[in-house]
Amino acid sequence: MSGSTRRRFLAGAGLAALGGLACDGRRPQAGFLGLMERANERFQRALFDPRRLAPELPEEEESDPADFPAYRIGAVYPPPPAGWALRVTGLVARPLALGLDDLRRLPAARTRVRHHCVEGWSAVASWDGVRLSEVARLAGVDPRARYVEFRSFEPGYFSSWDLESALHPQTLLAYGMNGAPLAREYGAPLRLYSAVKLGYKMVKYLAEVSFLPVRTGGYWEDQGYEWFAGV
Amino acid sequence: MQPAPELGHRPGRTPAGPRRPQPALIRATHWANVVLFVILAGSGLRILAAYPRLGERGQDYGWYPFQGASPPAVLTLGGWLAGARHWHFAFAWLFAANALVYAVYFFASGEWRRRLFFPRRDARNAWGTLLHDLRLRRAAPPPVGLYNGMQRLSYTGVLAAAPLLVLSGLALYKPVQLPHLTALLGGYDAARALHLLVLAALALFTVVHVVQVALHPRTLADMTLGGRPRAETRS
Repeated sequence: MSGSTRRRFLAGAGLAALGGLACDGRRPQAGFLGLMERANERFQRALFDPRRLAPELPEEEESDPADFPAYRIGAVYPPPPAGWALRVTGLVARPLALGLDDLRRLPAARTRVRHHCVEGWSAVASWDGVRLSEVARLAGVDPRARYVEFRSFEPGYFSSWDLESALHPQTLLAYGMNGAPLAREYGAPLRLYSAVKLGYKMVKYLAEVSFLPVRTGGYWEDQGYEWFAGV
Repeated sequence: MQPAPELGHRPGRTPAGPRRPQPALIRATHWANVVLFVILAGSGLRILAAYPRLGERGQDYGWYPFQGASPPAVLTLGGWLAGARHWHFAFAWLFAANALVYAVYFFASGEWRRRLFFPRRDARNAWGTLLHDLRLRRAAPPPVGLYNGMQRLSYTGVLAAAPLLVLSGLALYKPVQLPHLTALLGGYDAARALHLLVLAALALFTVVHVVQVALHPRTLADMTLGGRPRAETRS
């Protein structure tokens, strides 16, 4: 290695090391911030107790429905495709296609917990649906599955979860809200709802649930929002 | 003149001889804290900007005067919500670790004796200092050892408030996994209000602190270089 090559090499290595230490809010999953996100994920997983339930709240605590924000990622709230059914795929013994009537025939669950948004607000609604753990049992999830990907019929909208949070008793495939069928603004006909994640992990307009051996990203996660996002 | 050794003196816990006003570890953690506090305050304000209200949806806190007003962009760090959250949750650990190092040293070295506010020693002196600072009394009471009573009162207040910042932050980070902590603080939205209230209190302290340092530049030199060892009179 000539002197100038070595100097260039050392300069390059130095820049790379600085890059590894850098904190860049535009690329928050790289450098030091990304390193700490991975450490924080380990902390969150260690703290997560699959049997711990978020407090179920009385009906009086429900927020005024007008105060519960509805968000969409596209220009409009997407209408469900004709003949909609939820596909359950991936590492499962019995891939399923469940229409709304099939889901309603499964054991119903209701949860009324505090909703925590990444933006900092909280609100309360009640959600009716089927526990994802129930659907996982029906489909016969393979032990090699460690992650669950939730895909929407809204193009590009998806998220992936750790299996433990997905199988938590307060994680539902919800078809009802506040005692009424789920409205379009809140993800009709079927959305994910959970007590143990931030709101942006709860995919609306569900089309497919896949049990996977590896994790994928997500619509918000790929933009830089934290992947684990437990509460 | 050296202070006489106290009865029950334990080596290592009660430094006997003259001490520097600011030992190396106090200085290091103090300046690290300045950097970490600025990062956490800036990123925290950027997180607040995503929903600049207190209280849950539809139920604003009545006493909060800035409902709906975003913090000025110049005070924020991280650029956008996800960036600020990454800054905040990365440096919160360093803030807590730095505070832990400080706390262990503070108690193990015996520094707490000359820094914490003890009413019998410091209350009168604090009152006299306050009257002097408000131009209501001409003579300032002399410091008792390292600090005057008002300094001890405000520094002890900061030390009491800082753990609330960490605890309310943990409750906001993990309201479901840390249910007892969250309930103890009055719930998620109360923890959010408390988190901001403590920040505001510490920011107010910082303003007064910087003004006082500007008026007494030797304290800045001491906090940077340590200062000369000096025996401190006891009372």
